[in-house]
Amino acid sequence: MRDVAVIGIGCTPFGEKWGSSFRDLFVEAGTLALDDANLSGEDIDAMYVGNMSAGRFIEQEHIGALIADYSGLSTRHIPSTRVEAACASGGLSFRQAVIAVASGMEDIVVAAGVEKMTDVGTGASVDALAGAADREWEGFVGATFPGLYAMIATDYMSRYPLTREQLAQVAVKNHYNGARNPIAQFQQEITIDTVLKSSLVADPLRLFDCSPITDGAAAVIVAPFDRAREFTDTPVRVLASEQASDTITLHDRRDISTLDASVTAGQRAFKTARITPKEIDLVEVHDCFTIAEICAIEDLGFCKKGEAGMLTMEGVTALNGDLPVNTSGGLKACGHPVGATGIKQVYEIVTQLRGDAKGRQIDGAKIGMTHNVGGTGATVAVHIFGV
Amino acid sequence: MSVARFWRKIPQRYNLIGTVCKTCGRHFFPPRSFCPDCRRSGNVVEYKFKGTGTVVTHTIIRTASDQFEDLTPYALAIVQLDEGPRITAQIVCTPEDVKIGMRVKGTFRRIAADGASGVIYYGTKYVPDE
Repeated sequence: MRDVAVIGIGCTPFGEKWGSSFRDLFVEAGTLALDDANLSGEDIDAMYVGNMSAGRFIEQEHIGALIADYSGLSTRHIPSTRVEAACASGGLSFRQAVIAVASGMEDIVVAAGVEKMTDVGTGASVDALAGAADREWEGFVGATFPGLYAMIATDYMSRYPLTREQLAQVAVKNHYNGARNPIAQFQQEITIDTVLKSSLVADPLRLFDCSPITDGAAAVIVAPFDRAREFTDTPVRVLASEQASDTITLHDRRDISTLDASVTAGQRAFKTARITPKEIDLVEVHDCFTIAEICAIEDLGFCKKGEAGMLTMEGVTALNGDLPVNTSGGLKACGHPVGATGIKQVYEIVTQLRGDAKGRQIDGAKIGMTHNVGGTGATVAVHIFGV
Repeated sequence: MSVARFWRKIPQRYNLIGTVCKTCGRHFFPPRSFCPDCRRSGNVVEYKFKGTGTVVTHTIIRTASDQFEDLTPYALAIVQLDEGPRITAQIVCTPEDVKIGMRVKGTFRRIAADGASGVIYYGTKYVPDE
């Protein structure tokens, strides 16, 4: 296996982008990534694209070929493959690119993620997202995605001393970070009161506990580490690329409040990278809901079960804390174009490790981690990066 | 959901027909024809669940997909059936009254409909049983 490096990154601003089409979004992100790596399309050997539900959102399938075509690569006939694992599509797309390079099959590979969500109404998009859970035995009886995570929150709060205010602080912290990230959907800071006074979506989760509906695309370029300096002065090494699966339904899990796939993928990643959680300088976790960030911090091994709420309130996970979590603003404030999120997490960690994150820069960051979840935890991708 | 897709699951949705492995005694709902514990030595046969169980966790859905929007707010829970398997289901009562550990039993109810003139989907919801 060859060592792999990220040599280029690009990301569109996230938001409700009424003027941009699906095609506009991924071309913008891909062009930014190619420019960043000083590459032209001629250099690309293969592409992977994470996309959850273009079929439901824009009634378009066959995304792999579409992206290669509109990236101007149709005459080169490169392999281009769509990867789907609900909200973890981006993380898996990145992992496929890493595997392709590590194996020696390809040299210069694009890993992209894109989702265009606002071309359908809220009800249709809630229903499309419910496809990330079990349609027959969760969606059919009226379960929504916020509803499933709300049931995690109810279970969690009945067993551990997590307060409603601690949960709200996750959103407050992520909005603070988002306000310092030029690509974030939400650029305003909020208070605990903002969260507690927002409307209930699925008890105990309120509107400001939930990530938004977002349009956006991100792309990164990976290459063999030995060749990376041909393209960039600041290659970022992929120290671990791991993935795990679990039951599709929440109700079949061993423990409602623990994502065993996060635990497993995290442990595998630390083992592969030969480091411990203490050595991680910052992490992007999958905070599709505030409770998801609490579970992720614990499941990845940064603290014991039941402690993440307290640590969040104490500022441990803030920009100036010991373990900054979601410096991009996370899914909550940066936005959550589902297929693009896993790639945006890589974009953020690479930006930080290069020292280019400006107002949200973690000084001296050397090792970063990404954690991307599909559904309520049926798929998890974890990556560790180092410089 | 298409008519055929709904119709083929009617035994499970209306009458809680699942399966049990006679080798190890593990129950499955929805039914599995292959016991993941016993694998080839398993002996899986049909089993009608009693429809009684206990609330494991719950929420109140206040924003739903279009099909369920007129039902909001409604209680949704994970219920552990007495035979062992867990399911996700609506609880029919004042939503705020649902509590962890509450005993519930299955009841035949209308679940949703495809618009004003489309298929009406029936299935099992749960009511308090204490």
